Amino acid sequence: MFKQKNYVALGAVVFVAVVLLSLPTRATGRLKLALGSWFLPLFGLASASQQLPADLADSVLPRRELLQQIDALRRENQQLKEQQIQTAAIARENDQLRGLLGWQRQVPWRLKLANVVMRDPANWWRTVQIDLGSRDGIQTNQPVLTAEGLVGRVSAVSYVSSQVVLVGDQNCRVSAMVENATHDMGVLTPGGPLDSSLVQLGYLASSANLKPGQDVLTSGLGGIFPRGIPIGKIVDVQTVEYGLATEASVKLNANLGALEQVWVMFK
Amino acid sequence: MNLFQPILILSFAFLAVFGEATLGAPRYWFGAQIDLLPALMVYAALNADLVTVSLLAVLGGLWFDSFSANPLGISIVPLLAVGLPFHMRRDLILRNLPFAQLMLGAAASAAAPALTLLLLLNGGKEPLLGWGTLWQWLVMTAGGAVATPFIFALFDWCGRALGYQPQTEMGFRPDREIRHGRILR
Repeated sequence: MFKQKNYVALGAVVFVAVVLLSLPTRATGRLKLALGSWFLPLFGLASASQQLPADLADSVLPRRELLQQIDALRRENQQLKEQQIQTAAIARENDQLRGLLGWQRQVPWRLKLANVVMRDPANWWRTVQIDLGSRDGIQTNQPVLTAEGLVGRVSAVSYVSSQVVLVGDQNCRVSAMVENATHDMGVLTPGGPLDSSLVQLGYLASSANLKPGQDVLTSGLGGIFPRGIPIGKIVDVQTVEYGLATEASVKLNANLGALEQVWVMFK
Repeated sequence: MNLFQPILILSFAFLAVFGEATLGAPRYWFGAQIDLLPALMVYAALNADLVTVSLLAVLGGLWFDSFSANPLGISIVPLLAVGLPFHMRRDLILRNLPFAQLMLGAAASAAAPALTLLLLLNGGKEPLLGWGTLWQWLVMTAGGAVATPFIFALFDWCGRALGYQPQTEMGFRPDREIRHGRILR
C-alpha cells in the first residue's frame, strides 16, 4: 500500500518544511516577500477592477450633484481651516506653558496614508498587509491608526508592502490608559476570535474606578505607541482573580473588520 | 507526461490563496475565512499523480503562509498529511459521487486547520484561540465540504474543454476486414 515513491514524496516534502521552519526569521521574511511578489500582477488587476465601478459611477453622476458636493466640501474646508487656526494657537500656548514648566515639547505626529491590500487568510491571526514598504520609509513597530483610533503596529516590512498586526492579536499588546480621574492603566489583550471589535483591558488594579462609556487611550508606556491615541470605549467591567484584579471589555473605535485605508505614524 | 492537469491545479491553488487573502465576504458573513486548499488537495489526491500532490502541498502551503503571520512552511505538512492517505487509497474511494466528494472535502477541511494549529501550538506560537475557534472550524469544514464537489465539477469541465479528448474507437477494425478473393475483384 505504501509504495517507495510515497515514502520519497513524504520525506522530500517534510524535509522542505523542516528546512523552511528552521530558517532564521530574516531569511523567512525575505522568502515571504519573494513569494508574495508572485501575486503583484493580481493585485494590479484586483485594484483596477475595484476602481472600475467607482469610475463608472463618477462618470454618470449629474452635474447638479457634483456642484452640491463641491459646495459642501468648500464649507467643510472653511470650517477645518478655522479649526486649524484655533489648534495652532492652542499648540503655541501649550508649547509656551511646557517651556515655562521645563517639560519636554511634544513632537507632532507625522502620518502617511496606506491602502489595506490583504487580510490574513488564516483565522487565528489578525494581520493585514498595506501597500507601503521600506521604499516609503516604513519600519517595524510603527503605530498604525485610522481617524477613529488605533489599529495596530507594523510587524514586518518588505520593499513594497508591510504587514500590520492588529490590536486584538496576541502579538500586539498595547499599554492603555482609561480617561478617568485616576487614569487607571492596563494592557490590551485579545478578546474572542470571532468579534474583532472587542478586546480585553487587563492587569488593572482591583481598586480601578471603571465605568462603561469611559474612553481608553494609549498610555505612552512601552515605547511603541505615543500617548493619547484613542483606542475605544469600555463596555463592561468585571473583577477577576478572586477579586484581586479588574478586567474590562473595550469596544474598539476603529472598525478592524472593514479597514480600507490606514495611517502609518512616523516618530 | 501531460502537464495540463498539474498546471491547472497549481493555478487554481494560486488563485484560491489570492482570493482568501483579498475577499473578506466569508469572514464578514460567517466569522471565518474558508480555506479551499484542502478541498483542492482532495481532488488532486484522487485524480493526479504523487508529484502534483507534493507540489500542491509545498507551493499551496508556501503561498498561504506568505500572506499569513504563520511561520513559513507550517501549512505544508498538514496539506500533505491530508492528501497522501487519499492518494494511497484512491482506488477504493468513490470519487465520482457528489456526496462522497462532500464527505472527503469535509474530512480534509477539518483535518488541515486542526493539524496546522497543533503544529503552531507545538512550536510555541500563540494563535488566537477561544470558544469561537470551534465555530470557525465548523465554518471551514462546511465551506470546504461544499466547495469540493464544485471543484471536482470545475476540473472535470476544464479537462473536457481544454484537455486532450479521449480517442474514439473507429468502426473499422483491420482484423475484421473481409478479404475478397481474386474472382470477386
